[in-house]
Amino acid sequence: MENIENKQSRRTFMKSSTVAGGGLFLSFTWLSGFVTAVPVGEAPSGDWYELTGYIKITPDNIIKLINPNPEFGQNVMTSLPMIVAEELDADWQKVVVEMGPHDNVKLGPQFTGGSNSMRMYWRPLREAGAAARQMLKEAAAQTWGVPVDEVTTKASMLLHEKSGRSGTYGQFSSKAATIPVPKGMKLKEVKSFNVVRNSKKNVEGEKIISGKPLFGLDYKYEGMLIAMIEHPPAFGMKLKDFDATETLKMPGIKDVFRQTLYEDGFEQGGFDTRSFNELLVVVGKTTWEVMNARKKLKVTWEPIGDTLKNTMGGRNGKTEITVPGELETTTKQLEKFKEYAAKPAQQLRRDGDPETAFKNAAQVIERTYNAPFLAHNCMEPMNFFAHVMDDKAIVAGPLQAPGWSEPTLAKLINLPADKIEIQMTRMGGGFGLRAYGHYIYEAALISKRIKAPVKLVYTREDDMTYGIYRPTYTTTYRAALDANKNLIALHVKGGGIPEHAIHANRFPAGTIDNYLAEGWRIPSNITTGAFRAPGSNFAAASEQMFLDELAEAMGKDPIDFRLELLKRAKENPVGRNNEYNADRYMSVLQLVKEKSGWNNSENKKYSRGVAAYFCHNSYVAHVVDMVMRDGQPYVERVTSAADCGIVINPDAAINMIEGAVVDGIGNAFYGGLTMVNGEVQQKNFHQYRMIRINEAPKKIDVHFVQNEIDPTGLGEPPFPPVFGSVASAMYKLTGKRFYNFPLIKEFNSLNKA
Amino acid sequence: MITLNINKKNYNIDVDPNTPLLWVLREHINLVGTKFGCGVAQCGACVVHLNGEAVRSCVTKVSRAVGQKVVTIEGLSENENHPLQKAWIENDVSQCGYCQAGQIMSAAVLLRENKNPTEQDIDNAMAGNICRCGTYLRIRDAILLAAEMQRKEKK
Ligand code: FES
Ligand code: FES
Repeated sequence: MENIENKQSRRTFMKSSTVAGGGLFLSFTWLSGFVTAVPVGEAPSGDWYELTGYIKITPDNIIKLINPNPEFGQNVMTSLPMIVAEELDADWQKVVVEMGPHDNVKLGPQFTGGSNSMRMYWRPLREAGAAARQMLKEAAAQTWGVPVDEVTTKASMLLHEKSGRSGTYGQFSSKAATIPVPKGMKLKEVKSFNVVRNSKKNVEGEKIISGKPLFGLDYKYEGMLIAMIEHPPAFGMKLKDFDATETLKMPGIKDVFRQTLYEDGFEQGGFDTRSFNELLVVVGKTTWEVMNARKKLKVTWEPIGDTLKNTMGGRNGKTEITVPGELETTTKQLEKFKEYAAKPAQQLRRDGDPETAFKNAAQVIERTYNAPFLAHNCMEPMNFFAHVMDDKAIVAGPLQAPGWSEPTLAKLINLPADKIEIQMTRMGGGFGLRAYGHYIYEAALISKRIKAPVKLVYTREDDMTYGIYRPTYTTTYRAALDANKNLIALHVKGGGIPEHAIHANRFPAGTIDNYLAEGWRIPSNITTGAFRAPGSNFAAASEQMFLDELAEAMGKDPIDFRLELLKRAKENPVGRNNEYNADRYMSVLQLVKEKSGWNNSENKKYSRGVAAYFCHNSYVAHVVDMVMRDGQPYVERVTSAADCGIVINPDAAINMIEGAVVDGIGNAFYGGLTMVNGEVQQKNFHQYRMIRINEAPKKIDVHFVQNEIDPTGLGEPPFPPVFGSVASAMYKLTGKRFYNFPLIKEFNSLNKA
Repeated sequence: MITLNINKKNYNIDVDPNTPLLWVLREHINLVGTKFGCGVAQCGACVVHLNGEAVRSCVTKVSRAVGQKVVTIEGLSENENHPLQKAWIENDVSQCGYCQAGQIMSAAVLLRENKNPTEQDIDNAMAGNICRCGTYLRIRDAILLAAEMQRKEKK
């Protein structure tokens, strides 16, 4: 255990803004008064005593809980410390929370993604809280000369009832810090929780609504310059030549140069994307000056041709991939989809004898679903700060997975990992995009080259056209029905650029005797990656849309149909490898059926659609209620049911689901990125339609299945089932089935026709 | 050198008069509560008040603000006690939080002009502010709550 030095320095730069007095004239020049770092947490002065990596206590009883995981709006800054506070018996009202630095040894995996924060940290944080509480009890027991078992705790206080003694955690913090961290402490019963399972407000709420510096773009550092990059105008193009004469004459401009990201043969990590390997960098004093100066660049670009990419790590170990150089166009991609869909594909799962079943079928239903690339469009455009020195480096900014970026960063700037300090700022959204470290590497390489602290800033246009998009997908479902309209076989075959979205062992696999799942891929130079429930978002959309149509063809209610299938999965599953729990699936469907008043006649005025999905370890079902408003479909109400085990912070969990529903409606209706000859056609929000407040539902009614199962996440699971429920409601509203996202585009084109 | 009045304080700044107010606030005056989201008047993250009117500071030249009164999120209230700020906390609106300063600044003008806004009024007034996290329902509720608080305060 160590005594932690006080950390006032982090706050210092704030002083520059608080010295401004009323009516006083103050001259601010850029670079004046800015000292290192973002202020995180309240960091009062004094000695901090560390009791495990997650807990620090001062003698005057201020308890600081360290949030290990990067915050991008999923509210882990609040919910993870709540878990520690629970087992620690800390007074939540008096706790301060601070974002931890990158330190995998003390703070665990530190990865925001896969809806995994809760799952990863639930046990370690409980154990840390319980261990620290025991250390404090020991310290008090030793001081008071009483048996440790007689010492109790409550709201950051230690008590010995028999002798009437009491003291604060703070009083015993220095002694407790010398006691070895105990292992295997008994954890609390779920029933006795009084922090967890109670709604707590966002610990950074006040800072957000008062405009405090929290985000990467707000980060300041003494002597910091601003860099921007000019990337090729299209995927499949590269930098040929440039003339920066005019740019260099512009005010505030320091330098313009060519920067290579990975040298030939560089072995990229699994999350190192390579959209454009050679970039043109403009460095200057302020963002606006650099933005302006970029317009004066004279650049020529050329087709890149096929390239080789070396990857290490990942599931397949070392691989060498050829990236095709074609300049791709959306309409041609869709033609390619048809061509590939007709070819044999990789078999992913087979049960029974689907071919024979299809041959004997009385009726075959076949439907194909398509979905476009999606841009993440995080509200805060991509940015990162880097200060690479000869013997060490500091990098800071919005980042989901510091541990994944660090090895590559270390190689690129040629410093050992322990000489690199990574700070995670609050992220203005992430949605998967900030798990890919290219922008950190770019910032670091630029800093190394110019030998100065620098912040790399993307404009919205850069952010949208230099993306790591949700892939574009297609999936064809075929169902075989016998003469009595029984489902006898199901065939799903899907592909995409550059991957398919087939999860062969998910529902409804395991419920149908004859089942075949196949997938295919088309390689591409368009970079793609995780986007809120990667793969699952479209897998759920196509699957749930097809099940809805299938239920109708079979003359069944869409909820009852799913429940019947799940009953089969529970009682007599087909195959052994079915990646879902039928009971939990059923429970969200039953709950949403009840809470939405599925069969109530008063709801007949709505066009209703339902969908349910399981991914990222949680189960969610939605019923959406749609109406026609000014000639456009509008989702007026939504009822949601979720099973994510123990709900840590109920009101925040509801917020997550509301947000995912709104995001889902927005992406189902409007989301889509198209290309012409490799050039992204949507460059800013006037071309990329985002859902707005007037298009958001009036009401989203969220319900949780109550249980005591260890908690799982909610960032992703509520998102995928939105698509199917919206599409099915549109069918009810219009009498037409929709098969192509974005749905409003298809709706408007049908209406025109 | 130009002089700006921001949040009731005067600042002398040496800057190209064509610079958008957004970047002057963020980089010259170190008021970073006003956010950059799109730069083309499409998202509302950069909304500030210019003589009480909501303007998108990303497309407002700083020269336009000379001799005017600029209010940013940092100056909206003394102690974060504007009814909207209180209602935002009460309803725990924020997810990532990046859009929220702009949302509040847009809502503040609505509330001043319309003491008793309907949901429809809110949708109309707030449609220029994108929230990528989808907190729109909480934004609506928070504005309704703030309007109620404001009416009570006046009584
Ligand atoms: S940044 Fe000004 S409206 Fe988007
Ligand atoms: S809270 Fe994230 S963009 Fe609005």
